[in-house]
Amino acid sequence: MSIRPAPHWGSMPDGAARLQAAFPSNRAALIPYVMGGFPNVAASRDYAHALAPYADIIELGIPFSDPLADGPTIQAAGQRALEAGTRPSDVIEIAASLRGGPPVVLMTYVTLILSAGPERFFAHAADAGVAGVIIPDLPLDEGDSLRAAARAAGVAVIPLAAPTTSDARLAAIGTQADAFTYLVSVAGVTGGEVAVDDTLRAFVARARANISSPLAVGFGIRTPTQAIAIGAFADGVVIASHLIRIIEQADDHAAAIAAIGAYGAELASALAAGRSDAG
Amino acid sequence: MPELAMRFGPYGGRYVPETVISALDELGEAYLRYRGDADFVRELNGLLDTYVGRPTPLYLAERLGARYGIDRLYLKREDLCHTGAHKINNALGQVLLAQRMGKRRIIAETGAGQHGVATATASALFGMSCCVYMGRTDMERQRLNVIRMKMLGAEVRPVDSGTGTLKHATSEAIRDWVTNVAETHYVIGSAVGPAPYPEIVADLQSVIGRETRAQMLAVEGRLPGSAVACVGGGSNAIGMFRGFLSDPDVQLIGVEAAGDGVETGRHGASLGHGKPGVLHGSLSYLLQDAEGQVAEAHSISAGLDYPGVGPEHSYLRDIGRVRYESVTDLDALAAFTALSQSEGIIPALETAHALALVGRQAAELNALGPVVVCLSGRGDKDVDQAGAALGINA
Repeated sequence: MSIRPAPHWGSMPDGAARLQAAFPSNRAALIPYVMGGFPNVAASRDYAHALAPYADIIELGIPFSDPLADGPTIQAAGQRALEAGTRPSDVIEIAASLRGGPPVVLMTYVTLILSAGPERFFAHAADAGVAGVIIPDLPLDEGDSLRAAARAAGVAVIPLAAPTTSDARLAAIGTQADAFTYLVSVAGVTGGEVAVDDTLRAFVARARANISSPLAVGFGIRTPTQAIAIGAFADGVVIASHLIRIIEQADDHAAAIAAIGAYGAELASALAAGRSDAG
Repeated sequence: MPELAMRFGPYGGRYVPETVISALDELGEAYLRYRGDADFVRELNGLLDTYVGRPTPLYLAERLGARYGIDRLYLKREDLCHTGAHKINNALGQVLLAQRMGKRRIIAETGAGQHGVATATASALFGMSCCVYMGRTDMERQRLNVIRMKMLGAEVRPVDSGTGTLKHATSEAIRDWVTNVAETHYVIGSAVGPAPYPEIVADLQSVIGRETRAQMLAVEGRLPGSAVACVGGGSNAIGMFRGFLSDPDVQLIGVEAAGDGVETGRHGASLGHGKPGVLHGSLSYLLQDAEGQVAEAHSISAGLDYPGVGPEHSYLRDIGRVRYESVTDLDALAAFTALSQSEGIIPALETAHALALVGRQAAELNALGPVVVCLSGRGDKDVDQAGAALGINA
């Protein structure tokens, strides 16, 4: 586990402090993803609540028409959410319903935030208790005023880093990471299958050397075994597409809730055991 | 060392996943290096000369001019380029650059199929593997170009998402690039996408405006009063306009697709009826709904059936240097027939939009002096669709 710098309580957005505090000291954080509005708003709210007891942080997706960073599973889920009439404000209301549970980060694309107006969007999100936002098409060179609006509202912007990111850029990304950094496990889109190998270990080690925030790894993590293996050298694991597949395969809504709840419990106990095994 | 433009006013930028940022940096550095490299420039210019057939003629279309009531109507004959459209200017430059960069695999998106054919052609010429993403709807309405791409050895991957048009094909191509970025060069087909693509494509297409300017001075002894080009992503238009941006007396007009009519909401006129937003990596005018979801465009012309537009056009619109108008499917079809039957030149449906605008505003344009239209492509690819729309059977 990395040694983290003392939090800068004075300058840090409230959301960033809550997110940093959500990373347990003795195991990797579990960060499940729920696509807001898939297959409809009410059902996705139930899925988020089913996962909340096992989650350290919940990632809540706002569906977007053209999600460049997403593979077929999340694309299709987002498309269904849009066809069901899901609006960004519906997803922010799901976040509000999760108050008192693990902190929520919204995952969405930059143009939806620009369309709403960053001040308005982040004020609305902050009112709903949202702690952070992940914007996969906003690299560190873009969006200074958007970041300022988020910070003013107390919402942390979670930067992403990829295996193709240079050391110098990793360091620059680290200066923006006041909550945690999202490491993309592979060059690719969501929903593939991660290989827990020396390449991934070397990337996380390189990020560790350049970034002082907690490091969560996502993209392609499916099984508890993969989560344990990555949790041994990262501070958090994000499970997204696989949870959507579990929902898609369930016979009905009740079965889907039971299945993802059971999967969340399995992942949480695996991560706890994995870290204690690792000493 | 000069830098490539990252933004045009507030527009452009690179709103893409972090994974491809290093590849965009590498592309920008390589383009700057090779643009100034004598061997590269000699090879590219040699190919433009002997393989593409440049310079393309500037043709005085007297019969169409008489029909429209324009004294001096010139057509810049990009339809005579090898493969039948201006797209080869960009594809050849980018594939040559990719070869110098050591890339082995080429990918592209295509709408009308002209960029796909151009990229497949350049890939065949340089012995590179080529994969072209094309929406399912576009594969049906531009069937001939699908066959051409396959004959050239390219793989054509159908894209089924959404309406199966250019927007969806571009998203899929970008996802492929994010996944295979190390060995793959993405040949984007219009002056869109993340920086430095809009600048590179505009630079490679600016040969159109440079030649037109010199040809006009040679034959007319003056600059044109106006230059008109169709705008989907806007690569033929920006290539033409760059020849005249510093000449305030040359009226520049971009023509978007009005589809069924802009009042129906079924159109592709992002500059006329969109608002700024991010699609495919850059900030530009965009057709979108009240929440910012990207809308589907509609046009009879697959190449103009796109809800976004290149960022430089957004800037030129805002500063008022270029006027953007739109033309319906029906008016474009009428111009398609007019050029075919008055000059013996069958234009692409995209190009027909520019011609229709000239017909509609003939009196005003004629008063400014000689009119130049960028005849961006030929219409062989459109025979099925235009034939059906015009009720022409074999």
